[in-house]
Amino acid sequence: MATGHEHTVKAFDEDIKHLRALISQMGGLAEEAITDAMTALQRNDTALAKEVRAKDKAIDAIESEVEKLAVRVIALRAPMADDLREVVAALKIAAVIERIGDYAKNIAKRVPMVHTPDTGRIEAISLLPAMAQMAGDMVHDVLDAFASRDAEAAIRVSERDNRLDDFYDSIFRTLVTYMVENPRTVSEVAHLLFVAKNIERIGDHATNVAEMVYFAATGQYLADRDTDTAEN
Amino acid sequence: MTSVMTQTDLAETADTSAVPAQPAEHSKMAARGVNVFYGEKQAIRDVSIDVDMENVTAFIGPSGCGKSTFLRTLNRMNDTVASARVEGEITLDGENIYDKSMDVVQLRARVGMVFQKPNPFPKSIYENVAYGPRIHGLARAKGDMDQIVERSLRRAGLWEEVKDRLADSGTALSGGQQQRLCIARAIAVDPEVILMDEPCSALDPIATAKIEELIHELRGRYAIVIVTHNMQQAARVSQRTAFFHLGTLVEYGETDQIFTAPRQERTKDYITGRYG
Amino acid sequence: MSELVSPLSDRAPTDWKTDAMQRRIRKRYRAERRFRLIGMSAVVISAAFLFFLLATMIGNGAAGFMRTEVSLPIDFKSAPLEVDRGQLGTRGADLALAGAGLENRVQTAATAAFGEKGEELIAENAWTAVRDAIKEDPNLLSQSAHIWVPASSELDAAADGGGEPEFRTIVQQLRERGALQSGFNAAFLSRADSTDPTSVGIWGALKGSMLTMLVTLLIAFPIGVLSAVYLEEYAPKNRWTDLIEVSINNLAAVPSIIFGLLGLAVFLGTLGLPRSAPIVGGLTLALMIMPVIVIAGRNAIKAVPPSIRDAALGIGASRIQVVFHHVIPLALPGILTGTIIGMARALGETAPLLLIGMRAFIVTPPGGVFDPATVLPVQIFLWSDEVSRGFIEKTSAAIIVLLAFLLAMNALAIYLRNKFETRW
Repeated sequence: MATGHEHTVKAFDEDIKHLRALISQMGGLAEEAITDAMTALQRNDTALAKEVRAKDKAIDAIESEVEKLAVRVIALRAPMADDLREVVAALKIAAVIERIGDYAKNIAKRVPMVHTPDTGRIEAISLLPAMAQMAGDMVHDVLDAFASRDAEAAIRVSERDNRLDDFYDSIFRTLVTYMVENPRTVSEVAHLLFVAKNIERIGDHATNVAEMVYFAATGQYLADRDTDTAEN
Repeated sequence: MTSVMTQTDLAETADTSAVPAQPAEHSKMAARGVNVFYGEKQAIRDVSIDVDMENVTAFIGPSGCGKSTFLRTLNRMNDTVASARVEGEITLDGENIYDKSMDVVQLRARVGMVFQKPNPFPKSIYENVAYGPRIHGLARAKGDMDQIVERSLRRAGLWEEVKDRLADSGTALSGGQQQRLCIARAIAVDPEVILMDEPCSALDPIATAKIEELIHELRGRYAIVIVTHNMQQAARVSQRTAFFHLGTLVEYGETDQIFTAPRQERTKDYITGRYG
Repeated sequence: MSELVSPLSDRAPTDWKTDAMQRRIRKRYRAERRFRLIGMSAVVISAAFLFFLLATMIGNGAAGFMRTEVSLPIDFKSAPLEVDRGQLGTRGADLALAGAGLENRVQTAATAAFGEKGEELIAENAWTAVRDAIKEDPNLLSQSAHIWVPASSELDAAADGGGEPEFRTIVQQLRERGALQSGFNAAFLSRADSTDPTSVGIWGALKGSMLTMLVTLLIAFPIGVLSAVYLEEYAPKNRWTDLIEVSINNLAAVPSIIFGLLGLAVFLGTLGLPRSAPIVGGLTLALMIMPVIVIAGRNAIKAVPPSIRDAALGIGASRIQVVFHHVIPLALPGILTGTIIGMARALGETAPLLLIGMRAFIVTPPGGVFDPATVLPVQIFLWSDEVSRGFIEKTSAAIIVLLAFLLAMNALAIYLRNKFETRW
């Protein structure tokens, strides 16, 4: 009979653990990047913004390491069933987190463009951190779900994307109204629009990750489940 | 699937959805409630399964799980073991093969078998293939026999390699060629079902690949059942897979489903290498 | 005691170069050399015994294949024989010539040629040589000729260098006259037993042995092989078959004379078969060697790998087909080996055949299996008992014939076995 769900070949367990650790590490760096980018935006901290952009290279490096390790596991271990799903999911999740990192980097890039000497402080900036917090939480929770192979938690995360989208819609309207009322700040606020869009995209990517976590855990596709529930 | 199952929900219940949905008459061979005993010891416990013409069926499982024993009930090879006793129903085209009216010699011509270690007769290649048709009276003239031998060797993918040396001894061939000769020998009596008991375990990877390709070509013309302890082979070669454990049939389903998302915990543990 | 060491902890690596190790190596080499030497000595000693046996036999027996002949002048011209010439071409010739007193004529001719001891110089049945010469060439009856006739055993012994001194001088004289010759005794192989060692032949015993062996083989081989097949392939594995197996194994060890008693009681007593006939000898010997064939056959059949049986069953061969098309051909070398061993033993058996009466003095070779006969070992035994000196070399010669027969039989069987030896 199975003993404690460990592979007979211990090195296989080591490989899987390493893979998860890399994803987890990557996720941590991505969350940090989001938080730091928002902080830099609020405080107009160009030094921090530069740091965020530099740290993105680390995320890219880990993504390529995940890729190499996943290919190696597939070639050498011939993973089956849940092991196979987990490796494939890890491969895809790494790519997604790398893109999340890129969005955070993009936000950091726009920091000097939002804060110009003549505009002074734009109040609209204060709306964004809450949205970013929501997106960041989604990323955090979905990676927790991956680590614990919790399909339920993944579903909950994907459901929160609706709220994030609503949040984006309202911020969009607010920023546009602000632009109309303060025509001199149009270019800066335009950048803020992009920042908001980036955060909304981060939320979407977190939902993608949730679907992959669901697949890895159950072997089924969340989309199929959605159509089922939609029909019902 | 309307309910979501997490990892923790995959309980060790018997997979009742694996019980064949169609009645026994529509499959090529069907087993219902088969129990096999060696003396007092029970080797196979309540196994029901279908074998059809279009799909290659693979039996996988750890050593001693009963897959070879069950395979041998399909052509009554267990009759040669004095202490073996088979209960339950096994049908071929609807007829119970353990019925008294079934001639076991003809059954074994209709349900052929290829063994783990290639075992050609110590005769010439021609004689190896011709022996079966000869004892069953399948060839009337010498011309007929030549045709049967050539056809069988061609179907087994061996004709080109041996057509110039049919008089050579069958045991002088390489391991892979010997196994293909045994397959040709089984094909020569025009069976309906071919049972293969770990046919590649004694062969190198190239010979194994040739045999797997051969199985792919034979699919559809014969109902094929293959027992293998190499899961990758079962995954490559079969369309239906049955997982045996301690004499019971734990799970039976489409091969890609078994290997990507098995329903039973025991199946998952075995195929991911968490067994033992 | 030192503390318990965990089995996984490192132990000091073995030093293979210490003195103790070197001594072990040397001891081992010495042991191997010793063993090889012992083996070779065993082989040499066995070969020496064999060589000694062959040398003695051939040395003694070679002379038995030779015969001394004396040239006898006989004159039919001056004293014609009264015999009907017409009879000479027919089967009645022997009787006619005997009735005409040929024997007496030969004896008188001998006395005339060689003096008063002339009769002692020629063999008792020397007249048959003259008779055969006349039958071949009836014109002799009107001629005077020198006919070679067999010498008596005393003269024969003297010609070989032994015998009494007076005969040796006679040999000398005859040699000088050119009246003595030694030649290959073809008659030894074509004649039957007789009381006169010079005219004795081995053919009767040889034919008797051949007939007996034929009967033995025809009975023991099929029954033995079929029994082995049944016991291995068909018999259920229960207590009865175990009992049979034990009984057969014990039968193989029973002293051969017991089989003689069995033959006496059953074949001669109950069944009333003719005494001293090859059929009875064959039956008795067949009973004796059957266990050997059954045991060898069973082992040979057991050695056929089950994979061949499975393969045959797998394509739908019936049990009989499996046995006769696959198992027996592969088991045949082993079965033949057992048969060779059995037949060799049967050929050399004396005791059981003595009991069923194959010790009689048989003059004519047996015509069929129901005629009285004797066999080579019994003949050797009887001759070795004879008083006359001439029988010593004949006994050795007969042993040589027996060995040659044995060799021929074995060679045939080995040839057959090699022919059937297939690799699986």
